[in-house]
Amino acid sequence: MDLLINLSYIAASVLFIYGLKMLGKPATARRGNQVSAIGMLVAAVATLLYSGLSYGWIVLGLVIGAGIGYYAARTVQMTQMPEMVALFNGSGGLASLLVAAAEYLRRPEADAFTALVIFLAIVVGGLTFTGSVIAFAKLSERMKGSPILFKNQQILNAGLLGLTLLMGIIFMFAPKAAGFLLVFIILAAFALGVLAVIPIGGADMPIVVSLLNSYSGIAASMAGFIIANNVLIVAGALVGASGIILTSIMCKAMNRSLTNVLFGGFGATTTQSSMQIQGEAKAISAEDAYYILENASNVIVVPGYGMAVAQAQHVVKELADLMEKNGTEVRYAIHPVAGRMPGHMNVLLAEANVPYEQLVEPEDVNPTMENVDVAIVIGANDVVNPAAKEDDTSPLYGMPIIETDRARTVFVLKRSMKPGFSGVENPLFFKENTRMLFGDAKSSLSTLVSEFKDAA
Amino acid sequence: MHDLMLLLFIFVIAIFLGVELIQKVPSQLHTPLMSGSNAISGITIVGALAALHSDNGGFAIFLGILAVIFATINVVGGYLVTDRMLGMFKTGKKD
Repeated sequence: MDLLINLSYIAASVLFIYGLKMLGKPATARRGNQVSAIGMLVAAVATLLYSGLSYGWIVLGLVIGAGIGYYAARTVQMTQMPEMVALFNGSGGLASLLVAAAEYLRRPEADAFTALVIFLAIVVGGLTFTGSVIAFAKLSERMKGSPILFKNQQILNAGLLGLTLLMGIIFMFAPKAAGFLLVFIILAAFALGVLAVIPIGGADMPIVVSLLNSYSGIAASMAGFIIANNVLIVAGALVGASGIILTSIMCKAMNRSLTNVLFGGFGATTTQSSMQIQGEAKAISAEDAYYILENASNVIVVPGYGMAVAQAQHVVKELADLMEKNGTEVRYAIHPVAGRMPGHMNVLLAEANVPYEQLVEPEDVNPTMENVDVAIVIGANDVVNPAAKEDDTSPLYGMPIIETDRARTVFVLKRSMKPGFSGVENPLFFKENTRMLFGDAKSSLSTLVSEFKDAA
Repeated sequence: MHDLMLLLFIFVIAIFLGVELIQKVPSQLHTPLMSGSNAISGITIVGALAALHSDNGGFAIFLGILAVIFATINVVGGYLVTDRMLGMFKTGKKD
């Protein structure tokens, strides 16, 4: 039976590797996810072949977990996807912690190496759990997005980390006698997760989630060492490594280093910006906006989180279709970090059947910006903030943006003058060529759509 | 010790494989990829199932059940959400 189990584990590992590879390409991504899901099924079923398991409890756990997971995945809105991923991820981290704790209770007289990996699985799993919960709270705005900073914060964090490692060393050499330490280690790990994420601004949460995703892989891998299980080690290590690479890809898209994200306290200094915002924001009515759009021959749409919140992607597509019928060239400029997660906008626009080839990246659209008649900014803010280019004291400085301020006219669809997720003021709103179309993006766009329809 | 070295060997090779697998991913796939690999980290379900030995004490069983629940949430939720996201791309043109 052991042979069969181990052969299944090899098969599962191969399926994970293929699945991950396919996930990285648009044409095969969905199948890749299914391949990896089959791998998971193979691994789980094979594990059930071990003798001496209590199947009653297993079925109970599986049914409850599958029910919650299924319900959450089916009912979540596309706009809430990022925070959902954070919750799932935290759930995995907590599971690894629990596995480690249960294994310790079964075999308290572990050798030093097993004690070490128990310690690591608990610490990494625990901080993944609480860190993910904080990331969830910040993304879903249950908690303020701005960084929470206090005096001597880094000293406290370093001290707590040191204390945790010290407890780990003691535990490693006397796992049985120092068993009570595990309780404190768990509490310290929970505290570390909270403390590590609260000083990071809400706009950087996608990067944090990606990093925590990598951590949960490492925690799983450590759990694999505890029970000497190959497939756990392989799959955990794959996620751990690919998560780090994905995190660094995301950082590059925002022109930031990971250290800067984790320790920068981004957005905390916004009030000190030296650039004086000049001029006055000019509002425009939907009717006047229609006349301008009607005469435009080249339009770009810049969507942001506001489009997601207003669920405006379908009406955006409707408006774009009408403009195209009117002879206007319409393209969508997608900033890699628009929305709450990289690729967030692509998912939403795909949902509205926007053709793939109409989506353009900032570096392709920026050089031709002078020829754009109208740039329609829909609920995007930080990704079009000219301060990123012009104001070297701005926390956004250096981030590549979509340079809509160079278009002939800019429409900004927005509910209020409130700054974006980063908390940074946006001088774009006060530029000479900018018109603010206040109100809910969806109803503003619907008005434009009916103007077009009435004219036809 | 021999077994331990073997496990470490597997771990290190898998790390390098993971690094090589993810290169140049188009940005629209970043979120699904993160979500999909998050589902894979639910592999800890294997550890959770194996932890539910019938000869365990009451508290260890309790922790084991919790572990199975949380790991299953991660697995089922993670794969379904990823599939839902990727399902939306299907109408777009393939390239």
